Amino acid sequence: MRVLALAGRRLAASLPTLVLILAGMFLLLQLAPGDTVDALLGQMGGGGDAALAAELRRYYGLDLSVPAQLANYFWRLVRLDLGFSAIYGKPVATVILERLPTTLLLMSAALSFAFFVGLVLGVLAARRVNGWTDTLISTLGLVFYATPSFWFGLMAIVLFSVHLAWLPAGGFEEIGAGYTGLRRVLDIAAHLVLPTLTLGLIFLAIYLRIMRASMLEVLTLDFVRTARAKGLDETRVLTRHVLRNAMLPMVTLIGLQAGTMLGGSVVVESVFSLPGLGRLAYEAVVQRDLNTLLGIVFISALLVIVVNFLVDLVYARLDPRIGAGR
Amino acid sequence: MSGPVLSIRGLGVRLPRNADRSHALRDVSLDIQPNEILCVVGESGSGKSMTASAVMRLLPANVAIDAGQVLFGGEDLVQASEARMRALRGAGIAMVFQEPMTALNPLRTVGDQIAEMFRIHTRMDAAAISARTLGLLEEVRIPDPRLALRAYPHELSGGQRQRAMIAMALALDPKLLIADEPTTALDVTTQAQILALIKDLQRRKGTAVLFITHDFGVVAEIADRVAVMQHGLVVEQGPASEVLHAPQHDYTRALIAAVPAIGAPAPRPVSDTNILQMRGVEKTYRTGGFLGRHARVTHAVRGVTLDLPKGATLGIVGESGSGKSTLARCIVRLVEPERGVITLDGTDLLKLRRREMRQAARRVQMVFQDPFASLNPRRRAGELVAQGPMVHGVPRAEAMRRAKELFALVGLDPAATDRFPHEFSGGQRQRIGLARALALEPEVLVADEPVSALDVSVQAQVLRLLQDLRVRLGLSLVFITHDLRVAAQVCDLVAVMKDGEVVEHGPVAEVFRAPRHAYTRALLDSVPGRHFAGAAPA
Repeated sequence: MRVLALAGRRLAASLPTLVLILAGMFLLLQLAPGDTVDALLGQMGGGGDAALAAELRRYYGLDLSVPAQLANYFWRLVRLDLGFSAIYGKPVATVILERLPTTLLLMSAALSFAFFVGLVLGVLAARRVNGWTDTLISTLGLVFYATPSFWFGLMAIVLFSVHLAWLPAGGFEEIGAGYTGLRRVLDIAAHLVLPTLTLGLIFLAIYLRIMRASMLEVLTLDFVRTARAKGLDETRVLTRHVLRNAMLPMVTLIGLQAGTMLGGSVVVESVFSLPGLGRLAYEAVVQRDLNTLLGIVFISALLVIVVNFLVDLVYARLDPRIGAGR
Repeated sequence: MSGPVLSIRGLGVRLPRNADRSHALRDVSLDIQPNEILCVVGESGSGKSMTASAVMRLLPANVAIDAGQVLFGGEDLVQASEARMRALRGAGIAMVFQEPMTALNPLRTVGDQIAEMFRIHTRMDAAAISARTLGLLEEVRIPDPRLALRAYPHELSGGQRQRAMIAMALALDPKLLIADEPTTALDVTTQAQILALIKDLQRRKGTAVLFITHDFGVVAEIADRVAVMQHGLVVEQGPASEVLHAPQHDYTRALIAAVPAIGAPAPRPVSDTNILQMRGVEKTYRTGGFLGRHARVTHAVRGVTLDLPKGATLGIVGESGSGKSTLARCIVRLVEPERGVITLDGTDLLKLRRREMRQAARRVQMVFQDPFASLNPRRRAGELVAQGPMVHGVPRAEAMRRAKELFALVGLDPAATDRFPHEFSGGQRQRIGLARALALEPEVLVADEPVSALDVSVQAQVLRLLQDLRVRLGLSLVFITHDLRVAAQVCDLVAVMKDGEVVEHGPVAEVFRAPRHAYTRALLDSVPGRHFAGAAPA
């Protein structure tokens, strides 16, 4: 009941956020010189036919005033219509839906990898604080954090794909191989190993540091002393009392990083030539494909809001003090 | 009766190399008989808590036992294996800690945490465990035990949490209960209840109790025998009546002399003119509630009307949540009261606009409770003191020179203005806080629990300094405290607050000698060891 009430409140609060993001994005894009029609004409050969341009603008509704265009856009969104991409010649919803699974898969794989490995390494480092394990793990974390992800990606391709030939260098699956069922799943998994590691390593370093610091802090709290005074052994003190308390900041971080991860996926998708949302966004910017770009922003914002919403629910589940009316 | 339950012989605990002394404990020897409460008394840093940790073998990482024996039922715990210690902790020797707020895991229910005792030390099944847990909660007289079983720690009050802690400690009928300042963080009436509970359970179960405290009032209330510690040494021990009424060691005598008597000293004449007047002051807090749903209104201060005569000390006493601190903050306008009038020498403070209030702020200054948290750790002590006058336009050099004078005035070394707050002790920090307040040459000083965080001997020094400054500088004081002994000692007038209202006020001697309101009587009855007082008032 407490969790449900919290969920309702959070959901209501996230709607204005969504509207603000979309309106802001739309208006910002109006400031950029050139529009879809310019890009389209440029692609067609750069002909200066003013009549054709005007005709196209009228067709795409670009001749209206900015507020009218914005109002149109929102009205279409309400009907779940993301518009038509002039560049791809398909509805934006279709374009995005083709790309979304790849990004979702990559993001959730990278996030889980970073979260769980970061958690384990953080706990290990905190248990042997200032020992050699701690030093090794912390140094490794710093190396991961300091290295740019595209470099990691390129080096991983050089080592694992080119020299060792263990894993494919790019793409989402073997095109034309026609795998089905389990074979296809394994094929996709093999393609995603390197991108996941590349995207996850930076976040792993952050989770590791947060977990280590949070563990060290919780270990000094009074209830840990109480647990020891009850006669619990160190392992049980850790699993029954420390871990859940120390995980609270980690859970908060997931919500905060969902957005950053979408940004990070642009680089990784480019390096590994994955057909994902990140690359689509990049292409849409270059081609002035306003509708697609706004569609992506809408979906990304929705994604981040959903992740944060879920994080809030998990947090409320983990911590009974949340939403207790105080 | 067989031999002692616990016998500590020549115990030494070594501190890390860079500590201020080589040993936390030196040659500590104590015996605790069955069915006996031994109080270990001392000020902070005396090693009393370290003794408890050493018995439990729960010492901090770089601190180790280097001499002596801890015999528990004939077994030397210093030599015992870690596995043996784990089996003893909780089952043979249990512990209750000071902070009921933090000593329980906030993410697990109270019942679950008590049941954990049975789960790790016995092979009882789940149904038997939950029945025993409920029984324990009934035994410690927690209101509505079934609800408490499923409650999370934050849903219980401080006193209830401490009851749950005691239930947990007594779950397996340990032979020895170590209670480390178990009532220090509690209100005086709750403290009285918890002390009675511990004593009652101890008598019924025949448990031996090692009770650690800094408060001689508590000792007088509960102890069978007393051991006094100073700098890691036991300086005196013996039956409670002997130590309390015929102390042998100088340190014990000094400690006991520093305990203020609850009877007030002879009243001083107070001036007829009031410097500060409060009329119908009200402050309510509203929490939560989006669009007015589930909104909770707390009446922190309700229609308070009080007068502070020039040169007098007005004590405001009450328990936590009584609104005394909110009232203090209203006077200096750190919080804005909704209704009422507060006049300082004829000026209505609440009518002043922001800028005028900043000018008036120098006339009413505040001293805060926590000498550790109320000073910015990144600024030098001198700057902290000089900051106020500088804001009001005094040139820096002049303000710093004044700061040095003020340091001398509050009994600090003027050369110490260059040091940072962490380099001072608690009592010295409170002196810095005083110097900071006095830097603006206020007429009224509002002191919010200024000595509550201090050891009893330091407390006596700071109180004397306050008295002395009041006379020398012609200050008028509003003195907020929960400690009736302190109030009796320093105040001319006293107001008792409960739930935001002043239930009784008048000259301190009158109120304390013949309390008219039932709540005042309850408060006075709850003061631990209320008939006990230092031999000679300092």
